[in-house]
Amino acid sequence: MASLATVLCFLTLPIVAIFVDTGPLELLASLREDGALEALRLSVVCSAIAIGIIVLVGTPAAYLLATRRFRGRATVVTLIEIPLVLPPAVAGIGLLAALGPNGLLGSLIDDAGIELVLTTAGVIVALTFVSAPFFLRQAQSAFEALDRTWLDASRTLGASEPRTFLAVAIPTAGPGLISGLALAWGRALGEFGATLMFAGSFRGVTQTVPLAIYQDFSTDFTGALALSAVLVAVSAALLLSVKLLGGSEWLGGAAR
Amino acid sequence: MLRVEASTRLGAFALDVALEVPAGCCLALAGPSGAGKSSVLRVVAGLVTPESGRVSCGEAVWLDTARRVDLAPERRRCGYVFQEYALFPHLRAWQNVAYPLRELRGRDRRRRALELLERFEVAHLADARPRTLSGGERQRVALARALARRPDALLLDEPLSALDARTRASAGRELAAVLREAGVPALLVTHDFVEAALLGDRVGVIDGGRLVQQGTAAELAASPASAFVADFTGAVVLTGTARPGADGLTHVTLDGGGHVASTGSGEGLVAVSVHPWEIAMEPAGTPSAGSAQNRLDVEIVSVTAIGNRVRLGLAAPQPFVAEITEASARAMKLSPGVRAVATWKAASTRVLER
Repeated sequence: MASLATVLCFLTLPIVAIFVDTGPLELLASLREDGALEALRLSVVCSAIAIGIIVLVGTPAAYLLATRRFRGRATVVTLIEIPLVLPPAVAGIGLLAALGPNGLLGSLIDDAGIELVLTTAGVIVALTFVSAPFFLRQAQSAFEALDRTWLDASRTLGASEPRTFLAVAIPTAGPGLISGLALAWGRALGEFGATLMFAGSFRGVTQTVPLAIYQDFSTDFTGALALSAVLVAVSAALLLSVKLLGGSEWLGGAAR
Repeated sequence: MLRVEASTRLGAFALDVALEVPAGCCLALAGPSGAGKSSVLRVVAGLVTPESGRVSCGEAVWLDTARRVDLAPERRRCGYVFQEYALFPHLRAWQNVAYPLRELRGRDRRRRALELLERFEVAHLADARPRTLSGGERQRVALARALARRPDALLLDEPLSALDARTRASAGRELAAVLREAGVPALLVTHDFVEAALLGDRVGVIDGGRLVQQGTAAELAASPASAFVADFTGAVVLTGTARPGADGLTHVTLDGGGHVASTGSGEGLVAVSVHPWEIAMEPAGTPSAGSAQNRLDVEIVSVTAIGNRVRLGLAAPQPFVAEITEASARAMKLSPGVRAVATWKAASTRVLER
């Protein structure tokens, strides 16, 4: 019991402190500052786009990884998981080395007329890179846990493989997919290092909430605290709504 | 007519079978678990492609490895009833049945699904989720779903094994009726020979990926091709009508004539079963003596040696078999054409409702 209490205290105290230190009025006041709202908007929009890309591309990819047996599959799975253990700064350097102006694909991207470094698009790339593995891993294990006879039954009932994927695999793996989405989104909202190195920290262009907090905290600690409180609230609301959705009758309740 | 030829490596052993099932017939593939029975169904459905093989149903060729024909499962018209029924957990019962009815829209789709559920007397469960259904109810929904597309062949994997003993008898009876009514070739897989004998018009015994012997259940029991088939076909099964007797025993009038008593209980249409080695032979015309209640006059039609014993194929209104030692068979001069009396105890007789 004591150990659980210690764990609980240690993990919740900083979060509690954020809210205790900022009164609701201060919070509202500091949010009215342009920079804060802009950072918040940028964080939400960029992470939403990144999550959209991850879900659209990652769901079929995770399904193939879970249902197909091919040579080198284990290697592919491991490669996909590597960004999970990559320090964010290393991720940022890696992205620069790959997609930066002098990077591996730099001239290709340049020729296509796309600018990533120090742009909003770069933020999205960084967020996608660091949070995709969280979704892929979770989605893959959700698909692996499915009863394969459901998929077989669907085929014998006249459904093609894509239709089986859409009509049977996705709904039955729903709770797992949603929790993967929540993990990835949480990671994207909190992303700091890779974004800073790859996209920089320009107010209104690439400065997401974590970057704004970092910039503010030496000059305006109260403002940084308020922004932190907002980020915690947004993340918690996201996690909570995703959990509620995952537990609802049409998804989580139905799968078992 | 469903024709299947397939040979392929399957983990530890090789699957190598060739079989034919005429329309309206049910071939029950029986064998121990891991014998490759389900793999045959998967080959027919297209869920697995054998190294070489040919599958055709009527005029349609579903698989011909020599000509590089391999239709996707969704393009083979076969209804597959999976072992645990594989109902989609996120859909209601009627939506499960409607799943293959893609050409219908909206209200027509639901109406047709309800009709199918009605046929299996589970229309009142249309809005239930699979997890809330009992085993028997799931089986009915699964059958309705498998038949929804009007399949050209039916595949059933252990259709009764997920049911408890009480439901199994009635579910088996209904299933037999459904198979007759569907009028398409049906291929059924079971590990239980009695189930195979009750549901299949013919029975194929499969072991180690090979079809060891094929025939009616009576033929297989009477003249097993190997000790494996002999052991597997095990119990004698006779059908009849049961009523409780004043002596506390169940009395069964056998279909075609004859009478058997059992210490088991049952009423109405039943199957009685007894192990062949529980049956003793007496010369014809000997008066009843000893404790055995059951006596049937028989004619010996076959004598098959299985190791140190012989299996006697016996002709009575319903054919059955007995196993005795080789020495006794020689002493009694039992050979085809000889008449004798088969006797066994009521206590060794099981009664199964059907």
